[in-house]
Amino acid sequence: MAVETDLDQMILSIAQIMIDELKLEDVTAETFDPDIDLVDEVGIDSMDLATIALVLRDKYAVRIDEDDYPKLTTLRPISDYIHRKLSAS
Amino acid sequence: MKTVSSLLDDHWYERYKKISKLNIRSSIYDVTNRCNLRCKGCFFFSSGEHEAAPEQMDIRHWDTFVDKEMARGVNLAILIGGEPTLCLDRVEAFYKRLPTFCATNGLIKVPRDRFPDMMIGISLWGDEEAERVLRGKDTFAISSGHYAGDPHVYYLYTITPRQIGQTERVIRKIRDVGLKVHMQLLSNDEGVDGFSWQPEELIAIRAEMDAMLDAYPGTVISSKYYHEIITTGKMLGRPFGWMECPSVTQPLDHRNPAPRRLANFIRWASDLQTMHRCCTSETRDCTTCKDGAAHMSWVMVNKRAHMRTTRDLHNWIEVYEMFAKLYQFLPW
Repeated sequence: MAVETDLDQMILSIAQIMIDELKLEDVTAETFDPDIDLVDEVGIDSMDLATIALVLRDKYAVRIDEDDYPKLTTLRPISDYIHRKLSAS
Repeated sequence: MKTVSSLLDDHWYERYKKISKLNIRSSIYDVTNRCNLRCKGCFFFSSGEHEAAPEQMDIRHWDTFVDKEMARGVNLAILIGGEPTLCLDRVEAFYKRLPTFCATNGLIKVPRDRFPDMMIGISLWGDEEAERVLRGKDTFAISSGHYAGDPHVYYLYTITPRQIGQTERVIRKIRDVGLKVHMQLLSNDEGVDGFSWQPEELIAIRAEMDAMLDAYPGTVISSKYYHEIITTGKMLGRPFGWMECPSVTQPLDHRNPAPRRLANFIRWASDLQTMHRCCTSETRDCTTCKDGAAHMSWVMVNKRAHMRTTRDLHNWIEVYEMFAKLYQFLPW
């Protein structure tokens, strides 16, 4: 599977994963604010984040450590996290 | 996209933010297979769970076990029984390591010099008459003497159909000894005659629970949405049952599709190896289960489903706050 290495493209891809997995309405990958707080604003919980982490693991072969969940408060640090791990591998 | 702040005013948003990152991860532990009461309708004995596994008698195993539980992310230990106060060294293995709640019948006083701020929930099954019928004695007379005015204690009042019209007197007694009360409904696992809920009784007790919350807000720890859920068995139009319950032991949970559930939840038997299926009796009919904690958790794990309307999200916040108060993650 082709995996994007461009961070902006990765943000769009992960936004789409979130929209699909969380069944978010009235938002597209392009309009998803990468800096919106996922817990305080979108209302996701640890189970949601674990679900998304599984999908990201399948797509990018990157495992998100559960201890890192508290740092991943918005779409942007999640994308950074994946991007950084891919770049290091 | 609906966001939390678009649904809440500043006051409610502040309340939301106080609970949104609590990330409570509880598990339940049978501390012992023994009890100093034998109550009709107690699921632990009626379903044979007291014989599921021999107790781990070596306190060193309890210490290392709790360390392992913490390592897998548990941050709230809920101790049940049997009667946990029969084995205070085991209770202490949890208490000295992590936030701990201890359920008890209140007959043995937990020494506060040893457990100064441990949250204690005292089981109560009704007024003096109901207690004598179901438990053989009026436990309130003893437990209220042990714990009057204790800020880390509440009564877990299991309401039976025969308590309809009687709850105010019980709640006043609790208020008068300076304690709090949380209400739940008897599931009547043993089918004790006259103690199974009929539809019209559930409607009546819901109204009575609402009235008690309105009349005694400083004593009753509850929410009207919780009353609705527990009496109707429905949340957002969905019926409670096996395929919805969040309080199933994770390693034994093979449901498909997987429902939203408590992360890493396990209910351990007192051998510290055997796992029970769920937070209550395995023999119970899930469609009529009235377990209060399971219903609370059902709401809590379905946050985004409650982001349809402002009213729904208010309901979710109130139930979460109630849970957080009952386990000392928020002050009363």
